[in-house]
Amino acid sequence: MATAKKVSFKLNGKPVEVTVEPRELLIHSLRERLAHTGPHIGCETSHCGACTVDLNEMSVKACTVLTVQCEGAEITTIEGLEQGGALHALQQAFHEEHGLQCGYCTPGMITRAYRLLKENPNPSEQDIRSGISGNLCRCTGYQNIVKAVQSAAKKLAAAG
Amino acid sequence: MSQTAELKEREDKLQGMGTSLLRKEDAKFIRGQGSYIDDIKLPGMLFGAVVRSPYAHARIKGIDKAKALACPGVVAVLTADDLKPVNLHWMPTLGGDVQAVLADKKVCFQYQEVAMVLASDRYAAYDGAALVEVDYEELPAIVDPKKSMAPDAPIIREDIQDKKEVGHGPRTHPNHIFTWEAGDKAAADAAFKTAEITVREEMLNPRVHPCPLETCGCVASFDKPTGYLTVYMTSQAPHLVRTVLAMLSGIAESKIRVIGGDIGGGFGNKVPVYPGYVVAIVASIVTGVPIKWIESRIDNISTTGFARDYHGVGELAADKDGRIKGLRFSALADHGAFNSHVSATKFPAGLFSICTGSYAIPNAYARVDAVYTNKAPGGVAYRCSLRVTEAIYLIERMMDVLALKLGLDKAEIRRRNFVRSDQFPYTTSLGWTLDSGAYHPALEKVLKAVGYEGLRKEQAAKRADPKSPTLMGIGISTFTEIVGAGPTKVCDILGVGLFDSCEIRIHPTGGVIARLGTMSQGQGHATTYAQIIATELGLPAADIVVEEGDTDKSPYGAGTWGSRSTPVSGAATAMAARKIKDKAKKIAAHLLEVSEGDLEWEIDRFKVKGNPSQAKTMKEICMVAHTGNLPAGMEQGLNAVTYYDPPNLTFPFGAYLCVVDVDKFTGEVKVRRFYALDDCGTRINPMVIEGQIHGGLTEAFAVAMGQQIPFDENGNHLGNSLMDYFLPTAVETPKWETDHTVTLCPHHPLGAKGVAESPHVGGIPCFSNAVIDAFAHLGVTHMDMPHSAWRVWQQCNTLGVNKR
Amino acid sequence: MIPAGFDYHAPRSVADAVKLLGELGPEAKLLAGGHSLLPMMKLRFAEPGHLVDLGRIAELRGISEAGKEIRIGAMTTEHELLRSKLLAEKVPLLVEGAGWIADPQVRYKGTIGGDISHGDPANDQPALMLALEASFVLTGPKGERVVKADGYFLGLYSTQLAEDEILTQIRIPLPAPGSGWSYQKLKRKTGDFATAATAVMLQMKGKSVASVAIALTNAGPTVLKARDAEAYLKGKAIDDASLNEAARLAMKICQPTPDQRGDAEYKVAMCGEMTRRALQAAHARAKG
Repeated sequence: MATAKKVSFKLNGKPVEVTVEPRELLIHSLRERLAHTGPHIGCETSHCGACTVDLNEMSVKACTVLTVQCEGAEITTIEGLEQGGALHALQQAFHEEHGLQCGYCTPGMITRAYRLLKENPNPSEQDIRSGISGNLCRCTGYQNIVKAVQSAAKKLAAAG
Repeated sequence: MSQTAELKEREDKLQGMGTSLLRKEDAKFIRGQGSYIDDIKLPGMLFGAVVRSPYAHARIKGIDKAKALACPGVVAVLTADDLKPVNLHWMPTLGGDVQAVLADKKVCFQYQEVAMVLASDRYAAYDGAALVEVDYEELPAIVDPKKSMAPDAPIIREDIQDKKEVGHGPRTHPNHIFTWEAGDKAAADAAFKTAEITVREEMLNPRVHPCPLETCGCVASFDKPTGYLTVYMTSQAPHLVRTVLAMLSGIAESKIRVIGGDIGGGFGNKVPVYPGYVVAIVASIVTGVPIKWIESRIDNISTTGFARDYHGVGELAADKDGRIKGLRFSALADHGAFNSHVSATKFPAGLFSICTGSYAIPNAYARVDAVYTNKAPGGVAYRCSLRVTEAIYLIERMMDVLALKLGLDKAEIRRRNFVRSDQFPYTTSLGWTLDSGAYHPALEKVLKAVGYEGLRKEQAAKRADPKSPTLMGIGISTFTEIVGAGPTKVCDILGVGLFDSCEIRIHPTGGVIARLGTMSQGQGHATTYAQIIATELGLPAADIVVEEGDTDKSPYGAGTWGSRSTPVSGAATAMAARKIKDKAKKIAAHLLEVSEGDLEWEIDRFKVKGNPSQAKTMKEICMVAHTGNLPAGMEQGLNAVTYYDPPNLTFPFGAYLCVVDVDKFTGEVKVRRFYALDDCGTRINPMVIEGQIHGGLTEAFAVAMGQQIPFDENGNHLGNSLMDYFLPTAVETPKWETDHTVTLCPHHPLGAKGVAESPHVGGIPCFSNAVIDAFAHLGVTHMDMPHSAWRVWQQCNTLGVNKR
Repeated sequence: MIPAGFDYHAPRSVADAVKLLGELGPEAKLLAGGHSLLPMMKLRFAEPGHLVDLGRIAELRGISEAGKEIRIGAMTTEHELLRSKLLAEKVPLLVEGAGWIADPQVRYKGTIGGDISHGDPANDQPALMLALEASFVLTGPKGERVVKADGYFLGLYSTQLAEDEILTQIRIPLPAPGSGWSYQKLKRKTGDFATAATAVMLQMKGKSVASVAIALTNAGPTVLKARDAEAYLKGKAIDDASLNEAARLAMKICQPTPDQRGDAEYKVAMCGEMTRRALQAAHARAKG
C-alpha cells in the first residue's frame, strides 16, 4: 500500500492541507475533500475540460493532475473568481450572452477563458475558439460562449 | 408620461413572452454552484463500481468475489445471484421487453453489467472491481443486424427464446423483436407500378451516442425504519422512473421520491432506466446506507442510451415533373441486446411515420423490422422525438436523389411537392394531421438570404474548373418535425398517458411558485415557464419561481424529451394560469362592483371598460384572494393545477441551407455557411430559442461529420472514449446564422410548437445533402454518414478527383 | 478510471532523480507532464509501483541559446515553446509544431522531453526533432551522453533511453539563415493525434534545394525520416514534378497502423499530401 502524503496548497487564496494517497487526482481532492464541486468530471481522459482549474497560472485539467504534484501551488477554481461579492466579468458575460445551458461545462470553460484573457487580453474570434478548444460544450454550439468571452474582454479592457 | 409609454413600461416590467429574458438558472451555474448528481454526498454513503463484460457474447461460468472482498474498503460484491432473492435481477424496459440488471448466466453485449462492487469510496470500489474474477465462455456474436435473422444465427436472448412476442406483435425468429407497418402498401405499390420515374437508395443512420457532458449516475438512499426510498438521479423523466421503480420494487409509489437535481445535458441519454440505477437501489435496500453510482465516460458511450442504427431503404415514385406519387420507406433497426428503447407503446418504431415530411405524397407505406444484436440496448435518443431523425433523413435525402434523377434543382423539387399553406390542416397518407405550416415562404426566405442562384453559379464555375482544389456542395433541408408527445388516446408508456402538468401557487404579495412534470437539462425552463405565467397573469417573471424534477413536489408528468416541454407543459402552464385568471377576474368584479362582462384585461390588471381609472391590478388581487373580502362562496387562495392532454402533436418546421467546400486531396469538409430558418410558432424567449438552435445544429454537425460507435466483428468497441468519439470543439464547429418565421400552432393555447430538436433533425440531412451535392455532378447519389475526412477522401479517390 | 496505487517521489535535482531511478528499478516510471502516462494508469494499462516526478527539478526547465545551438530543458512545456520569443525567432518550426499538439490545457502540462521520451510514433515532437537534426542529452548513473535524434527512436514505445537514464536536455543546432520550415498535420479534431503529419526544414540555394529534412509522424511503428525523398530533392527545384516524386518516395516508406483515423491506404496517401504541403509551405518561407 502506498504511503499517504500531506499536501499543502492555496485554494482560491486560502491555505489548505489534505492527506492523500499519491494516486489521488486533483479533481477528487477538490470535489470530495475540499467541497469545491464547481469543477466537474466529464470524460476522465483529459479531453473535455470540464475539470479545468487554474494551477500556478496555467489552465490544467484536474482529472489528469495528481494532488501530490500540487504541493505549494496556487489553485483558482470557478469558486474563486467572484471577488468581494462582485462577479468576474466573464461570469457576468456568460450570463448576459447566454453562454451556458446545462451549466456542466461552464465552470471549466470560464476558468479556462480567465487564463486566456490574462495571456491575451484582446483576442480575435479565432484566438478565442482555439483558446477554448480544450473545453467541450454539448449544449451551446460555442457561438454564445465566444461572444461572452469577447464581451468580457472588452469590459475588462475598459476597466483597465 | 404618455399612455403608450406607461403601458410599455408596465409590459416591460413583466418580462413576459417574446422577451429575451436572461436566464434565471444561470446564477448558480456561473458560480460553480450547480448541484449535479456527483455533487451529492450523503452520510455513510458507499460508492458502487460496476464490473463489466469484456465480451459481446459469452456464458458466465462462475464469478469469484473472494479477492475483491479482501480488498481494503470493499464492503460487498453484488451479482445476479444476489439480486435473485428479491427478484430484481431482471427489470422491465420502457420498450416492453425485460433487461438483465446484472448479467444472469450470460452476457449479451460488451461492457454489460456483471457485478457491482460496493466500497467506502470510489478508489476502493475500482480496486475491488479490478479484482472480481469472472470465468467466461465466449460465444459467437452478431454485430451486423442483417445477419440477426439468419436461420443459423446464434440466439442472443435465450430468456425469451420461446416467446411469440415481446410487446409488439408476432416474432418470426428468436432474434426478431417486432415488425411494424404504416400506410397502404397496395396503394403505394400501385403508385410505383404506374410511375414515370422511380428512385431507390439504401442509407444508414449509424449508431451514435448523445454523449451529454455529464454521464449518468444516481445516489440511492433507502431508509429502513420508514421504508422510504429516495433516489437522486440523472433523469429526464423522474415521474416515469418512479413508476417503474414502484412496479419493480414493490415499494409503494408514495414512498419513493426521485429527485432530478441539475442535469448536465441529456439529449435523450437520460430517459431510460439503467441497470446501474437499479443495482444502486437494491444495494441501498440491502445495506441500509446510501449508494452512489456514477458512470465513466467509456461506460456511458458503451452501454447507455445510444441512438439510431437504422439501416434504411428509401423509394420514391414520381411523374416526370417531379411530383411525388408514392413513397416506400423501410428500415432494419438494430436495437441491441434488449429492447429498452423509449417509445410510446403504440409506436414501437416511434414516430417514423412522419417520413412523408413536408410533402404532399398521396400514397405511402412504411415498415420497420427490429432485431437483437450483441450490442448495447437503446436506439431512441439524441435530440430527436422518437425516430424522427431517421425518418426525416430518409425523405430529405430522397428528395435530392429524385431531383438528381430528374435533373431538377433541389429547391425546385421541394417547391413542387410541399404541402401548400392553403392545404392545412393536412392529413398525410401515413395518418398524421399536420396542423399548420408555411413551407414555401420559409424556403424562399432562405434562398433569398443566401443568394441561392449566385451560389449555384459559383458551384457551376468550380465544377467546370479541373484545377479547383475543392468541390463545392450546397445542401437544402426543408423538414417537418413531429414533437410534443402526446395525446393520451395514442401515446402512453407502460400504460401512463403522455400528458403533462403544471401547478401554480400564488402568494399574498404576488410571488408565484410553479411546479411542472417536466425536467430541464439546460433548456431554460425556469425562465421560459416564468415568462408564460408573467404574460398570462401580469405578474413579473422575476417573482416567479419554477420547480421541476422532485416527484414529491411536482405534479405527475412524463418529463422532458421529444421537445415536449413547451408543447405539453407549456400548454399546461398557460391553462393553469388561465384558471387563476378566471378566479382573479371574479374577485376584480366583486371589488369593482361590476359584472365580469364589464371588465377587460390590460397587461397586469382588470379594468372597467370605458372607465380605465377603475381597475384592480393582479398584485392587488393576490392579496385580496387571501382575505375574507371575496365573492360569496369563493374559497381563499389563487392556486391551480392543470393536467394537459394535447389534442394533437405539434409540427415545427424549418428550411436550412448549408454550403461546404471539400478538400479533394484530404477529404476534409469545411462548412462555409449554414443558414437555419426555424418556425416553432410563438417564440417565448428568442434568446433561449436561438441557443437551442445553435446547440442542435452543433450536434447535427457532429453526427453528420464524425460520430459513429464502431465495432469489430466480435462486437468489441473500437472507439468509445472521447479520443475517438467525435465531439467537436469550438475550432471545428461552424458559425451559425439563424432566422425564423412564425406560423402559430392552432391547437396550442399559446400557439407554440417546441423547437430544440428541429436543428438536429433538420440539420443532419442538410449537412449530408451538402456533402453529397459536392459530388452530384459526378453521378454520386448517396454517401453514408459520418462524412469524416477519411470516408469523403475514399469517395474522391474512387472518382479519381484527387489525381494531380 | 482510477489508477492503481503507487508511491510518489519528487526529487529536486537530476542527480537525485537518477539515484532514485537506480534504487527503485524497473517498477519506477518517470512522470513529466503526465498526459500520456496518467490516462494509461487510469485505464490500468500501466500500473507502475513508483512515480518519479521530474516537475520539481528547476534545472530541467528553460530555453536558451548557447553558441550555435538552442538548448531546451526536457521539462519545458509545449506552452512555453509556443510562447518563446527566442524560438519564434530562431526555430520557428518548433513553435508551429507545438501549436498543433493536443489542446491548450494539455500544452501547459505536456513537456517536450515527455513527448520525445514516450516513443509514441503519434507524438509530434519526434518528427520535429528529426527535421531539426536535434540531439538529446541523456543522463544516467554514469553521467551524460549525447545522442542524435536521428537513430534515437527504435520502435513503438522504444528509444535509446535506458531504464536508468533521464532525457534532460534537447539541443537544436541553429537552422541556417533563410531556412524554410513547416509542420503540416491532418487530424480529426483539436486534441487528436495526427492522421498524418510531416515536418520539413528546407534550405534553398537559388532555385534548387540545398538541403532538406523531412520527417513523418504516425506513419509507422516509429517516427520516420523520409531519406529517399530528401536525397531525391537535393539539387532539384520545387515544382509539381519534384513534389509529386518526393511525396511518392515519402509514401513508400510508410507503414501506418489502421485505426479510426483511417486505413493504411488513406494514411499513406495523407502522408504524401502532408509532405507535399509541408514542402510547399517551407519553400514559400525559404529565402535562398
